[in-house]
Amino acid sequence: MQATEAKTTDIKLVEKPEGYEGAGFFATSLEKVVGMARKNSIWPLPFATSCCGIEFMATMGAHYDLARFGSERLSFSPRQADLLMVMGTIAKKMGPVLRQVYEQMAEPRWVLSVGACACSGGIFDTYSVLQGIDRIIPVDVYVPGCPPRPEQIIDGIMKIQQLVGNESLRRRDSSAYKAMLNKYGIE
Amino acid sequence: MEVNNERSSMDKTTEEKIVGIIREKFESDILSVDSPHDFLTIHFRKDNIIDLIRYLYDHPVARFQYLTTLCGIHYPDAKEIAVMYQLHSLVNNWRVRIRIFLPEDDPVTPTLTTIFAGANWMERETYDFFGVKFTGHPDLRRILNVEDMIIFPMRKEYPLEDQTREDKNDFMFGR
Amino acid sequence: MADESIINTSAAVEEKKYSTLNLGPTHPATHGIFQNVLTVDGEVIIHSEPTIGYIHRAFEKLSERRPFYQITPLTDRMNYCSAPINNIGWHMTVEKLIGAEIPKRVQYLRVIIMELARISDHLICNTVIAVDTGALTGFVYLFQFRELIYEIYEEICGARLTTNIGRIGGFERDFSDKAWTKLEKFLKEYPEALKEFEHLVKRNRIFMDRTIGAGPISGERALNYSFSGPNLRAAGVDYDVRVMNPYSSYEDFDFIIPIGLNGDTYDRFMVRQEEMWQSLGIIRQAMERMPEGPHFSSNVPDFYLPPKEEVYNNMEALIYHFKIVMGETDVPKGEVYHCVEGGNGELGFYLISDGGRTPFRLHFRRPCYIYYQAYAEMIKGANISDAILTMSSMNVIAGELDA
Repeated sequence: MQATEAKTTDIKLVEKPEGYEGAGFFATSLEKVVGMARKNSIWPLPFATSCCGIEFMATMGAHYDLARFGSERLSFSPRQADLLMVMGTIAKKMGPVLRQVYEQMAEPRWVLSVGACACSGGIFDTYSVLQGIDRIIPVDVYVPGCPPRPEQIIDGIMKIQQLVGNESLRRRDSSAYKAMLNKYGIE
Repeated sequence: MEVNNERSSMDKTTEEKIVGIIREKFESDILSVDSPHDFLTIHFRKDNIIDLIRYLYDHPVARFQYLTTLCGIHYPDAKEIAVMYQLHSLVNNWRVRIRIFLPEDDPVTPTLTTIFAGANWMERETYDFFGVKFTGHPDLRRILNVEDMIIFPMRKEYPLEDQTREDKNDFMFGR
Repeated sequence: MADESIINTSAAVEEKKYSTLNLGPTHPATHGIFQNVLTVDGEVIIHSEPTIGYIHRAFEKLSERRPFYQITPLTDRMNYCSAPINNIGWHMTVEKLIGAEIPKRVQYLRVIIMELARISDHLICNTVIAVDTGALTGFVYLFQFRELIYEIYEEICGARLTTNIGRIGGFERDFSDKAWTKLEKFLKEYPEALKEFEHLVKRNRIFMDRTIGAGPISGERALNYSFSGPNLRAAGVDYDVRVMNPYSSYEDFDFIIPIGLNGDTYDRFMVRQEEMWQSLGIIRQAMERMPEGPHFSSNVPDFYLPPKEEVYNNMEALIYHFKIVMGETDVPKGEVYHCVEGGNGELGFYLISDGGRTPFRLHFRRPCYIYYQAYAEMIKGANISDAILTMSSMNVIAGELDA
């Protein structure tokens, strides 16, 4: 919640959603509160395969600190992660592994595709490279670049935050979402 | 293990010395000797290649005991697949390149893993890309490509791109 | 009945069963994607089966389709932690093929960039070894200096990681004053941070207990596996391409080759650490002895893109620009092999040109691929934690492994 005028602090807190306030209570919609909580505590799963993985290491480092967006804890186990960050080239040999990792993640889950190779195959239009991970899993945000600068990766994370904060609580059970998953063959 | 770090370049006399060492035992198997860009290159007959490398390994003067690399080259016009071995003698700082030629439809040659343990994966890569079968290899199967691939992709007749992809229209991209 | 079940379980315990553990392609401890299926007896590894190729991008086939200057971005993406070394090595291969003479100043500038790249590669490897033993501080503090190195690259070529630095014949522009200032700042600040990191870890009891004896390999065995680079030097063999087959004026500089005794993780860590100090010395020597002159490239008009002002004003430059971009220049026929000392060892480029605009065959001698074969032998009989440390101390970079 925003600080009142009497106290000043240089710590930036999260914007509170709109609602009705009174003595000792604050009423707002559940979706907004859940969205606010989720978007500021995303636990990413870094699926770093190649050069974009090194730019991700630089993003996690002290200079471009990704942890201030709430992603302090990287989870390497899909069951405990919210965001699958695919960074780097995915070869056809790696495709089934990526698909398995995506299927093991629990709802709600988001996918961020970092780098030209993950978005569309990049400069490698060869027989062994998958031309974009959206052939096998649904993707929420694409970050182009070869490799993208850490500022671009942070921009991608912020767009994911926007998506996460505005998502309806009923989206994952809706028929449109299920139809999209069916298109990929994921039930 | 001593290494000669004096920068002796491979000049004409050392090249002749090395060729002389090889000629002592394998005179009839040498097909040609050349040195493009000052690098001694020998074309050899494919039958006695392992004996040659073993001889160079054990020779008290030459001591070529380091295998730099091993790769395949496809010559579609001559219908041959060549295997190129590059050896390095760390003691003398000499380098030599030996090439053997195998027929395209049945490229078979004995393995080098009995002499150099490092040739294991190099030969698997050559098999994966060109289809060269190394007899006696402990585990000859594909290493970099998917296991169930049936073609040998580095051969010149196979295309670079995956022909089944839908979005890259060759006509639009000028191919 | 209770007695029967006890008899049954003790019978099951008697026959020894090994379990299979999949150190899968996606694993936090493997820095890169390659798989190892381990057969373990408790914590001790009996057998391991590596599978690679999860990031095979067909570089060798791709380079048969591209003209020479378009292959430079491909070489970036092999060992992406020290991309300038790959780029400059490739350019030197082409210069050997066409027989170009490179002025001394360009060679010294190249040496500075290559040694910076070597420092950044060893920095990642050593801090990651420390992270794998639990010491995360070094990683966080030293990565700040990688940002300084990135800024220096940006001043010269515009990119941070996959630099595509230089041209066939030299560099695309001279080092600006800002680049020299940043280089001097790096040379002043980095040694203090490196010394601090070394003090934290070098004689630290936990670090030494974890790393000494982890994944050893003897010198003869390493030579038989065609090891090169810091891994071979840690095993006791002082083979360094910069000294044995010097290129780009390395013979003018004074540096020592550190070697280890046992070839275990501690030796590999210390060899890389000492090499970083030697690289700092080489950079200082190059800066002090830099020859005067405006040269930042040599005279190879057939391959070196002319500067834009000349292209817009000078007919000849326009024609060369057109010919180079369309790939219509005359390329000599021949075959050439050139090797440089990469971050991981002898990085070789074997190029066969048949006179066409693209190479007939280009083979990369990738050190990572060659020494990773020995991994199964190095971890036999070790604990799983030692296996993880061995893997990170060998500095296996997936891009170079699979190409």
